[in-house]
Amino acid sequence: MTVLEFSQQNGYTIISCAETAVDREISGVYICDLLSMAMVGVKDGNLWITVHTNINIIAVASLTNASCIVIPEDIPVESQTVKKAEEKGIILVQSPHTSYEISVRYYVQSGGDPS
Amino acid sequence: MNSLFRKEYEIPANDFSVAGEASSSVRKLLNQLGVDPPIVKRTSIAMYEAEINAVIHGNGGKALVQFFEDKVTILISDEGPGIEDIELAMQEGYSTAPDRIREMGFGAGMGLSNIKKNADEFVLESEPGKGTRVHITMYLL
Ligand SMILES: Nc1ncnc2c1ncn2[C@@H]1O[C@H](COP(=O)(O)OP(=O)(O)OP(=O)(O)O)[C@@H](O)[C@H]1O
Ligand SMILES: [Mg+2]
Repeated sequence: MTVLEFSQQNGYTIISCAETAVDREISGVYICDLLSMAMVGVKDGNLWITVHTNINIIAVASLTNASCIVIPEDIPVESQTVKKAEEKGIILVQSPHTSYEISVRYYVQSGGDPS
Repeated sequence: MNSLFRKEYEIPANDFSVAGEASSSVRKLLNQLGVDPPIVKRTSIAMYEAEINAVIHGNGGKALVQFFEDKVTILISDEGPGIEDIELAMQEGYSTAPDRIREMGFGAGMGLSNIKKNADEFVLESEPGKGTRVHITMYLL
């Protein structure tokens, strides 16, 4: 499933690099708010869910090859973070749902592949 | 053996708008050189952790990256407060990061062990009052 498909199916808002979401494939989910733990845990293609909205999440997503960052519970994202995401080609997605609900939706909608 | 080329970067203290830019630039170069993606990822992670430590703990510093045919060597140095007890600092979970830094998601105390896990060679030199030097070597072949 691509970032665009997942976002559209669930009514999530893509707030950076939307034009690249159509062919960005998601492979699995990682949830963590400790950046150096995410550095280890985010595998290539993972959808990474974090409540942090500061600029540093962009470097983490970029260096770990995350497919996108999803911000849960409609937490507002700082404008300098959006700007950096555009610069680095990182897709930021905003969701009204909790981290749990986002990952369950991905699991069900992607056909239940837990990888 | 002489390096094919070298890159130097300034790492400003506490400026998160550019923190990680040195690592990001090296990642780009390695990708352009056609280095195996898993090696690029390990290099990026190791360098980023050292870079961000210089930003947060070291009052900023410098990165020197040398590209050889078969390896890349990275030196991140700062003239910050240094590390009193290196063995303690290396332990996962140990962190002196202040609250304002933890609020951004740093301070798990995992950065140094991430470097150790991802680097092919890793040497940490530090002297209280003088500064810290992190040497990372990555084999490309
Ligand atoms: N360049 C440095 N100068 C001074 N102290 C340092 C430096 N690098 C690391 N340290 C010390 O070592 C500790 C552990 O570093 P480490 O990178 O493992 O964790 P952290 O930076 O505190 O948190 P994290 O990397 O998980 O966000 C730091 O909290 C700090 O006390
Ligand atoms: Mg650190």
